[in-house]
Amino acid sequence: MDLFPLWNSLRIAAISTVITFFTGVCAAYYIAKTPRLIKGVLDCILTLPLVLPPTVIGFFLLVYIGPLGPVGAPVMKWFGWQLTMTWYSAIFSTTIVAFPLMYRTVRGAFESFDKTLLYSGQTLGLSDSFIFWRVMMPTCKQGIIAGTVLAFARALGEYGATSMVTGYIPGRTATISTTVYQLWREGQDALAYKWVFINLAISFIVLVAVNMLESRYRQPKRAVKETLSEEDM
Amino acid sequence: MSLSVKIKKNLGEFKLDVEFEAGNEVLALLGASGCGKSMTLRCIAGVVKPDEGKIVLDGETLFDSEKKINLPPQRRHVGLLFQNYALFPNMTVEQNIRTVLARAGKSGDDREHLSQLMKSFYIDGLEDHYPAQLSGGQQQRVALARILASGPRIIMLDEPLSALDSFLRWQLERELMRMLETFPGTTLYVSHNRDEIYRICTKVCVINKGSSEPVCPVEKLFERPSTLASALLSGCKNYSRAEPADNGRIKALDWQTELDCGKFDEGARWIGVRAHYIKPVAAAAENTVKCRVTRVTQDVFSTIIMLLPAGADEKRDFAHIRMELSKEAAASIKTGDELFVKIEAKDIMPLTK
Repeated sequence: MDLFPLWNSLRIAAISTVITFFTGVCAAYYIAKTPRLIKGVLDCILTLPLVLPPTVIGFFLLVYIGPLGPVGAPVMKWFGWQLTMTWYSAIFSTTIVAFPLMYRTVRGAFESFDKTLLYSGQTLGLSDSFIFWRVMMPTCKQGIIAGTVLAFARALGEYGATSMVTGYIPGRTATISTTVYQLWREGQDALAYKWVFINLAISFIVLVAVNMLESRYRQPKRAVKETLSEEDM
Repeated sequence: MSLSVKIKKNLGEFKLDVEFEAGNEVLALLGASGCGKSMTLRCIAGVVKPDEGKIVLDGETLFDSEKKINLPPQRRHVGLLFQNYALFPNMTVEQNIRTVLARAGKSGDDREHLSQLMKSFYIDGLEDHYPAQLSGGQQQRVALARILASGPRIIMLDEPLSALDSFLRWQLERELMRMLETFPGTTLYVSHNRDEIYRICTKVCVINKGSSEPVCPVEKLFERPSTLASALLSGCKNYSRAEPADNGRIKALDWQTELDCGKFDEGARWIGVRAHYIKPVAAAAENTVKCRVTRVTQDVFSTIIMLLPAGADEKRDFAHIRMELSKEAAASIKTGDELFVKIEAKDIMPLTK
């Protein structure tokens, strides 16, 4: 059994997870600070990939990064890079599809972040970046990890947009999900089953991880004790 | 050391319009919940931007809408204690204070300074605890130590005691007072609790629906409040609309009676009388009101007697007079009794709106 699709899926998912992590955290941080109207508009745009059919995303990607597209053509001309039908083409599609999951989960965590921690840090003379990295990110840790895991899982399982921009080239662009489809078409059910089980196993592990993180995340982090301790007596 | 504040900010439901000055003293900002007290402190700290106005601390302009000056909170050196203490939950007590000390640039004798600070706030031994592991009192001490570590020029306390039960509150109040006595600069103390303010502060600025009233000594607020809002905040229970009568006395409209109140200030529209200054008397005399007892309520250490003056319209909000007597003095009074009560002229407070 050729394990290339597993390796290819994992590297695509890993790279797009890294990208969505930084873009998602940045977007969540800055959009939380914008005025309500702009926030609503930006929020809609950034969440759109979550509700759009992946084929629509694939369509737009082909239009823009295809060999004749406004982005694909100059890149081809100046760098000689073909952006579609290669293994890394899938990074574009999986990043766009996984981004809203990261962005929304992190934004939820940032919104539940206690503003007085930010304010007290500022009045104590701590820089905004110090407060962000050393107070806000650790405090919102669970939400950020949950978003990352979700984004990774979505990127790993992406089929529609990916199959449009990468096609299916065994040993070059094949991912787990495109392989399952191809094997079924060819009637190789036994092999398709193996890949289906690999997929099920990965998804199950991811969901268990997310559930464990979320249940910890929902617990109140700071129950202020109002009772007297021995020292106060 | 002096702080001068004059700011305006539109808060949607009402407009914040606050103006006061404070020297080296504990100045209270007293007002009902949601009147803009906390917002005022946040504007001074620089975490919220006022729409217009000016904030000057020790001659340095922190905010000036005309000159477009708005110093970031990090450069204002203004300590603000939040009601929930806002300790960083992911850091230990020592890390909470150490990060602030490091930023304040006191890294030279860091260890020494830190342990000294921890000792003076009785939190030595708690270095490795996380905030969630501390009691409310310990959290407050850590938060105060952390504020002093930042080297503030003024300290602002935002309802520091209101989240605590009454016994713990008294303990923390004493500790706060001990700390404030050693702090040389200005302290602003926000609260809606008049007792706390009477004990802790020297001057008070009443804020009523976003608008500040002139700063006055704390004693004056309780002995001689001049507005209806400050009388309400000082705990006065009885009010009547009033207007001057011909004979130099005043007419208490809600109580349907004429009273002598000494001097009735120009612009006064109301009178207020504290519940425990009203006494029952045997017969009609100067400044007595004939009343019917409508309800007798037992309080913990006293008896509250609700009275309806003869001829008063009981449907009006302020028609009833509340009298508080010791349990012994009130023993013979029953609902339905008719009696006279005396209100001394000196106990009647003329109030402007």
